Amino acid sequence: MSVLVGKTGRDDLVVRGARIVDPTEGIDAVLDLRIDHGTISALGTDLDANGHRVLDADGLVLAPAFVDPHVHLRTPGREDEETIASGTAAAAAGGYCAIVAMPNTDPVVDSTDLLRGLRARALDEAEVPVGFAAAITVAQAGAQLTEMGELAEAGAAAFTDDGRPVASAGLLRRALEYNAITGRPLALHCEEPSLTRGGHMHMGAVSAELGLGGWPSLGESLCVARELALAGDTAQPVHLMHLSARESVEHLRAAQAAGVRATGEATPHHLCRTDEALRSLDPNLKMNPPLRSADDRAALVEALREGTIAAVATDHAPHSREEKDVPFEAAPFGVTGLETAFAALYTHLVRPGLLGLETLLERLSAGPARSLGLERPRIAVGAPANLVLLDLEATWRVREACFRSRSTNSWLLGERLHGKVTTTIAAGRVAYEA
Amino acid sequence: MTELHVVPGELLPPVAPPKRHLLSVGDLTRDDVERLLATARSFARSQERDNKKLPTLRGRLVLNLFFESSTRTSSSFELAAKRLSADTLSIKSAGSSVEKGESLKDTALTLSAYEPDVIVIRHPQIGAPQLVAAVTEAHVVNAGDGKHQHPTQALLDLYAIQTELGRLEGLHVAIVGDVLHSRVARSLLQALRLVGARTTLVGPPPLVPPELGERSYDIGAIGDADVVYVLRMQHERMLEGANYVPSLREYTARWGITPERLRPGQRVMHPGPMNRGVEIDPRVADSDAALVVDQVRAGLVVRMAVLYDLLTRGPVLVETAVEVA
Repeated sequence: MSVLVGKTGRDDLVVRGARIVDPTEGIDAVLDLRIDHGTISALGTDLDANGHRVLDADGLVLAPAFVDPHVHLRTPGREDEETIASGTAAAAAGGYCAIVAMPNTDPVVDSTDLLRGLRARALDEAEVPVGFAAAITVAQAGAQLTEMGELAEAGAAAFTDDGRPVASAGLLRRALEYNAITGRPLALHCEEPSLTRGGHMHMGAVSAELGLGGWPSLGESLCVARELALAGDTAQPVHLMHLSARESVEHLRAAQAAGVRATGEATPHHLCRTDEALRSLDPNLKMNPPLRSADDRAALVEALREGTIAAVATDHAPHSREEKDVPFEAAPFGVTGLETAFAALYTHLVRPGLLGLETLLERLSAGPARSLGLERPRIAVGAPANLVLLDLEATWRVREACFRSRSTNSWLLGERLHGKVTTTIAAGRVAYEA
Repeated sequence: MTELHVVPGELLPPVAPPKRHLLSVGDLTRDDVERLLATARSFARSQERDNKKLPTLRGRLVLNLFFESSTRTSSSFELAAKRLSADTLSIKSAGSSVEKGESLKDTALTLSAYEPDVIVIRHPQIGAPQLVAAVTEAHVVNAGDGKHQHPTQALLDLYAIQTELGRLEGLHVAIVGDVLHSRVARSLLQALRLVGARTTLVGPPPLVPPELGERSYDIGAIGDADVVYVLRMQHERMLEGANYVPSLREYTARWGITPERLRPGQRVMHPGPMNRGVEIDPRVADSDAALVVDQVRAGLVVRMAVLYDLLTRGPVLVETAVEVA
């Protein structure tokens, strides 16, 4: 059974004249691409349209569509903030062909009934396929393991208590040992609560000046070190979510070199912004973990470039307007990201020369797929069509009206970005056209 | 019998348009600070008369929104507005719609229907004044937001120091105690730096963030200071069980300001309210070295200056005829 569920299609299409870039397949050439019944059927020059609809993609980039290992769809419980339909429409607009939804909903996804219900709904509603992660512990309370075996059989895409750490090292050890029967990734939110209590932003010069409670780098990296030690000791793989601190990256790099099967993800906001931005006290810059120093940001970019961090994850976290229209200190953590990820990273990393376009495309697609054990979107004859068309020359201003998400708590509101997703094909179906 | 007094104009130099809001000392330039202090000084003269009221802001509305308890600041803003002949509306969270769960944004929007010229806000949460500034047309004055800023306190402290010691530049001010939880300390540090004064932070290591400047854990470090600025231990802002200090007893023994720890000529300041016997010995609080009452007096004229500055764009109005009975 595939862990991904959603609408699929058998569309016929010819994409003509795009620069086709699939770093993993070693393709970077201007070619035509034909899709028959949702499957890539031909790559070449001057392909016959076969009566298919033709997309003139002259000057555009055609790449494997993106995979987001970390999204909050707020369903069930907060459908006012996001639904399966709206969240996956946002994903499609962001160029994604697959996303993984976190289980910290209300109620928490910790039972097979709930999981099956979500998967059934996604089959009809999801504009791009979704995988639903299940909780590691019942109600994410950190006390009792969920029935991971049955949840995996029912289609759990991953296991995570995201939103909070598995505080007990002993319990996490059991989860790692037991998870060997599921073959699904264990994705960990690394936070030492006794160090982060009362924290609203990165602990440093800016938090000292603003008087905001500090959430120190050590609050993450201490936990990262613990998770990596447990992963090494149990010889089980782990995926470390939304890494933000230099020390965390250094722990991950050392563990990978020592043979620990550990992958990591970083978010566009941590890769593009620093705690200096917090001086505005804009609640849309408040997230967990917080934006860190310029040095941390540089370490994340370097880790993404070299592959220590193989995945970009948006940690798309919708919040209602009334929740965010409050004083900074009262605002909840979380920002949206699905619809801006590519443009933000293209604008802030690729254009300034910090990251190659090919590397970015790999870290948005093959990297996250590999990290979460999902099939890699690829551009090859016979592969299902999971494709994104990108206009690198286009610029656009981020406005509330741009979003398909039900929430608009973007950290980029008002900013002008370069690069635009013009078409997304997910699971053989045109899921988005600008 | 009436006579006309004139507010002296030469003390009020022509200025660039004032800042629209006063949210943080960080938004001010040295020129801004000096202009505000000079304006306050000219208002101080008006306060020596029998009729202390000036017509300057007649017909203007100053809205005081206090979501946190306050004696000095709320009374001082209200009186400052009244002395300038502005109308005032003072809303406290207790007894208002806030108790019914109204959001700050809605409260601000609701009261904006009265078209206030200035909204003075105190709120326990950092960022509240920024939110109000974003949703209303009024000039916003931050009268204290959580641990962040309290800019008018810093200005009145500068004013009191300048009045007492005749200058600001080159002075050494030791700030003692719970800096971590103190919006007063954050604002004052920026203000003192702006006018060229030197600062030393003194207190228990967890309460004196290293990022804020030169610090010492040794109370002896106050010996060299012209002014010893004593902060209140802010129990209400401390996280439960955080253990910033092992006990108040140990704090007082090591960092409490006693007559024995001061040298002659040193001035002592405290933003109030004081915990007598904790951070400050009652003998110090009641001594001539203490400028606590001077600070409160300075608060009135400095807040008059802030309201005036925000509401009068371009060159300050001079030659205002004031009727005195």
